[in-house]
Amino acid sequence: MSEFATVTVTVNGTEHQRLVEARMLLSDFLRHELGLTGTHVGCEHGVCGTCTVLLDGESVRSCLMFAVQADGHQVTTVEGLGTIEEMHPLQQAFQEAHGLQCGYCTPGFLMTLLPFLEQNPDPTEEEIREAISGNLCRCTGYQKIVEAAKLAVDKMAAEG
Amino acid sequence: MKPAPFEYFAPNSVEEALALLAEHGYEAKVLAGGQSLIPTMNFRLAQPAVLVDLNRVSELFYIDPYPKSDGVTIGAMTRESQVEHSSLVAERAPLVSEAMPHIAHEQIRHRGTFGGCMAHADPAAELPTVAVALKANMKVRNQSGERWIPSEEFFLSLFTTAMMPDELLVEVAIPPLPPRTGYSFMEVARRHGDYALIGVATTVTLNSKNECEEARLVYVNGGDHPFNAQAATGLLKGQALTSDAIEAAAETAAAQDVEPPTDIHASADYRRHLVKVLTRRSLTQAAQQATGQGD
Amino acid sequence: MDVRTAKKKFIGQRITRNEDPRLLTGQALFVDDVHLPDMLHAAFLRSDYAHARILSIDTSTARERTGVVAVYSAEDMGDFWQEGPLLVPPPTSVEGAIFHKRGQIPLAKDKVRHAGEPIAVVIAHSRYMAEDALADILVEFEPIDPVINLERALGSDAPLVHDDLESNLAAHVVQEKGNYEEAKAKADLVISRRFNIDRGAAAAMENRGVVASWDDKAQELTMWDTTQAPIPIRNGTAAMLGLSEHQVRVIAPFVGGGFGPKIMMFQPEEVLVPWVAIKLNRPIKWIEDRRENFLATTQERSQVHDSEIALTRDGRILGVKDIFIHDTGAYDPYGMTVPLNTQCHAMGTYDVPNFYTEVKMAFTNKMIVTPVRGAGRPQGIYVIERLLDLATKELGLDPIEIRKRNFIPPDKFPYEHNIIDQAFTPLILDSGNYQPLIEKAAAMIDYEHFINEEQPKLRAEGKYAGIGIVAFIETTGVGPYEGARITVGASGQVNVVTGVGTQGQGHFTSFAQIVADQLGVEVRDIHVVTGDTAQFHWGTGTFASRGAVVAGNAINAAAGNVRAKILKLGSKLLNVPEEELELAEGQVRVADLPEQSISLGELAVIANPLRGTVDPGTEPGLESTDYFGPQYGATAAGVHAMILEVDPETMMVEIKRYVTVEDCGTVLNPLILEGQIQGGVSMGIGNAFYEQLVYDEDTGQLLNASFMDYLIARSTDMPPRIEMGHQETPSPLNPLGSKGAGEAGAIPVPALFAQALENALADYNLEILETPLSPNRLFELLHKKEN
Repeated sequence: MSEFATVTVTVNGTEHQRLVEARMLLSDFLRHELGLTGTHVGCEHGVCGTCTVLLDGESVRSCLMFAVQADGHQVTTVEGLGTIEEMHPLQQAFQEAHGLQCGYCTPGFLMTLLPFLEQNPDPTEEEIREAISGNLCRCTGYQKIVEAAKLAVDKMAAEG
Repeated sequence: MKPAPFEYFAPNSVEEALALLAEHGYEAKVLAGGQSLIPTMNFRLAQPAVLVDLNRVSELFYIDPYPKSDGVTIGAMTRESQVEHSSLVAERAPLVSEAMPHIAHEQIRHRGTFGGCMAHADPAAELPTVAVALKANMKVRNQSGERWIPSEEFFLSLFTTAMMPDELLVEVAIPPLPPRTGYSFMEVARRHGDYALIGVATTVTLNSKNECEEARLVYVNGGDHPFNAQAATGLLKGQALTSDAIEAAAETAAAQDVEPPTDIHASADYRRHLVKVLTRRSLTQAAQQATGQGD
Repeated sequence: MDVRTAKKKFIGQRITRNEDPRLLTGQALFVDDVHLPDMLHAAFLRSDYAHARILSIDTSTARERTGVVAVYSAEDMGDFWQEGPLLVPPPTSVEGAIFHKRGQIPLAKDKVRHAGEPIAVVIAHSRYMAEDALADILVEFEPIDPVINLERALGSDAPLVHDDLESNLAAHVVQEKGNYEEAKAKADLVISRRFNIDRGAAAAMENRGVVASWDDKAQELTMWDTTQAPIPIRNGTAAMLGLSEHQVRVIAPFVGGGFGPKIMMFQPEEVLVPWVAIKLNRPIKWIEDRRENFLATTQERSQVHDSEIALTRDGRILGVKDIFIHDTGAYDPYGMTVPLNTQCHAMGTYDVPNFYTEVKMAFTNKMIVTPVRGAGRPQGIYVIERLLDLATKELGLDPIEIRKRNFIPPDKFPYEHNIIDQAFTPLILDSGNYQPLIEKAAAMIDYEHFINEEQPKLRAEGKYAGIGIVAFIETTGVGPYEGARITVGASGQVNVVTGVGTQGQGHFTSFAQIVADQLGVEVRDIHVVTGDTAQFHWGTGTFASRGAVVAGNAINAAAGNVRAKILKLGSKLLNVPEEELELAEGQVRVADLPEQSISLGELAVIANPLRGTVDPGTEPGLESTDYFGPQYGATAAGVHAMILEVDPETMMVEIKRYVTVEDCGTVLNPLILEGQIQGGVSMGIGNAFYEQLVYDEDTGQLLNASFMDYLIARSTDMPPRIEMGHQETPSPLNPLGSKGAGEAGAIPVPALFAQALENALADYNLEILETPLSPNRLFELLHKKEN
């Protein structure tokens, strides 16, 4: 029945294969099929950026993709960024700069900033603000997120 | 907000896609980038029975020079971010490059497609406006063959193009700008990346006497589809681009050419006012750029 | 140990948060992350009409759909269907107060009263399937004219939202201080204006959600809920379901932002999900989607004020009169908290000897109004600050001078206003020192320099820059009380449990800092649990900027008790008097001979013997439970200043500089406080210039129920930097000396925008009497002026 399709997708380096309804959103697939609940859902219409993940290294809204569209692709979620014991320098920077409060929007910001900082190792504050302008945060007012990004620049450079 | 169920097909070629469209007719909807379609499906405002996903039709992903000219051709499924960062586009269709960063946000542009945006025909979107300003041509195909539709005839009204249900947009061909042409893209939006309240794509081509040979003024949200402002551009033809001439064109565009909508963000009056302001600013910028070019 | 005087090692430090690694790595549990075997999913059919009679509801087709397990409407609920409780009583101590209680109902029965009101619930194997079934439910409506406009709502010909009442008047409260009319008679200047203030949403990034699981063998109900009030939810849910409280456990895990609406209790979904879980004996999950959040999560702000101020020609306030209509929406379960806050803030930071305030609360066919960050305070501050600004124009005074002339002087505290506040106590401002706040803000933003040099220079360049500076109070830290239990574990880790929930305020860290100062343990070794009724079940919740103050002080008290126990036992074991001991590095030790020490973990084990005897009256272990209830709420204060630039052609506004000076008493963690204020400012900017819930006056439909059209400030809409100044005037009302600060950032911003915009567009002599604004609205106002 073509309302279902098989998806074979590599998430954080691990391959998964599932038969799912074609209409299942990638965000729901990651969270509920694969149990990777670090990616959060804020709006399901592509504006808030909370659900941002990487598809083949590029930031995308996982609520605006069907899981079956990820077939044959690589997805990276926040769980692929670091662990509690060993956080990525970007995550460390967020903690040090108090770049999160409730933490709900945070995975989306991390997955947006990661490729941005990797490609722009020396951004201006204005460039950082523009890079995160597609992510909504209701708690922080963004200032400490920007500071976290600037701190991450230094930390990521130190790591080499 | 979960979408209603649908039958899903992911063809690998345009031929396969066209066969599916022919088979399912009005029941089928084409899925390109999904950045406009999927939200409406999540809201259940759209509930297509069949979805034809073009994301595996690799033959539609390209940016190439236009054969034997300085124009550029863009395959319909090319990602907006590819167009945004393309040096070929920057060289041959810089007005497109100017407009790209205004389209939503980077995450959207990573999936959204150049052709998908055109086919969606939202008068509040930037790309249809730019296409009309640049006199782009749309190549559409069905099982019987191909045809070209000039962009001015392609966008008919709100979310409506001149394509038939069994036709697919496969390419957008953008001719080069004539020599001594300046261009400008401006928009006013409530927040960075929002749909424009009003936007304008402007080109000004000068003759050897620095008079206006031709101007094109095409608006985002100037009506239910993008069109060249006839009255305003007509006024400018043959004129020196003094500030008075530009002001007159701006007032004419606002008063006669546009029919902007009223919605919760802005009244038609305020939008007309913005048309006047942006027309003046963009014409000034485009004219300066054109004179700067010399021959 | 009085923390205010003792040497603080942890309180006041910029300590990074304990909870962050879990949140940053996607390992934190939010309600939608709960996954239970055999779990079913709920979706609600919601009314498309704002006002209509329900003639029939047919759920039969929905029940037949594959994947659907059950469908319930009001009829199916039987005796369980009841009008919701009154969550906050009206101010009965105010003479002549009228209040008509209409609680929220779980599912619409004969009538729907707002667009989005739930009519039926579908339980299915997935949320996708449940939503499919919604389309199968057939409802026959008889539409009624909706009541949207506030004045019309109270008019004699308005359709009735509640047919059993005589009108749409939900409440009427008059409060007086002194005699305004007498004061007015003596005034040199009287200014009256009408102010229009409109609705906004809290729009936390996490929508609401409830998961309920009934264990039939153990006869226990577990609920995960995005609530700010887990303990009242437990108690009320138990009562409604005929269970005893210890059979119900409510867990508010990590919650993605509260901002007020999540303190609203016994919302239809919260009531229905556990009921269905027991009925079907299956775990049930309901997660709100964003559209539902806009339609059916509580909102706030809309009021219409007819306000008046009487002054001397020197700008001294003789009196203020404020008559307003407050929109409560379709029901009023939250009493009069919001309009009482408005009343209590309409005198601002000022020494106002005469005050008359009258509120009429109106039922309308819109979603219910309950507190949203600010909770009625921004409206009161808007009124008083606007009135003063309008007076400056007539009197030729500047905004700073007129405020200084009216601030309550520091020697007049505690200052009694003689009207009743939201906690039903007389409004008393406990402490404050306002003049230095405005002087500091003015200095930080270079006020004089801007007015005298920068502004004229920019004007000459054709740029319209303006400056604003406003002052505000914030009543915080209200009762009734909170509690905490602190236990030193065998490993030396200290466990702290309290009843409030956490939605990002950093309680896991700031509360740990309080304990760290008392017990000498590192913040990282203190484990805080909030929001789990199985661990602590006395308290009310996180609201009204009270978490840190009230729970914090309960924690401080309990920690003090544990400290006393440690010293007593330590003294006995180390054989030295208590005064010679110190608590540091997780040990109790002799201050001059630190090698003579016992670790707190060892001490805890010793204090809990497995055999032997104990002295009478001994409590085992190193543990204490204590409570704190303030006499009344502490009042924080602040000043915000802003420079903005308006493009007079496009009407687009850019904030160039933003300054806050905040006085919230003793600061527990400056890093966390800064975050709270910055976040509050972003919401305030939204309230001032971007956010407005637009209800169509004819149909009652909410026209912008999505993030595309409800505009939340983005990173690029914020000022380049929020510059922050501090002052600490400790509160005498609690041992920590703290006042709350959670809502402060949002409160003065609309008033600030109004002043700054008028200043920028002074050439046009604009009067701004409404909020929110927008470029479109500025265009209309300026063009009305020209014509």
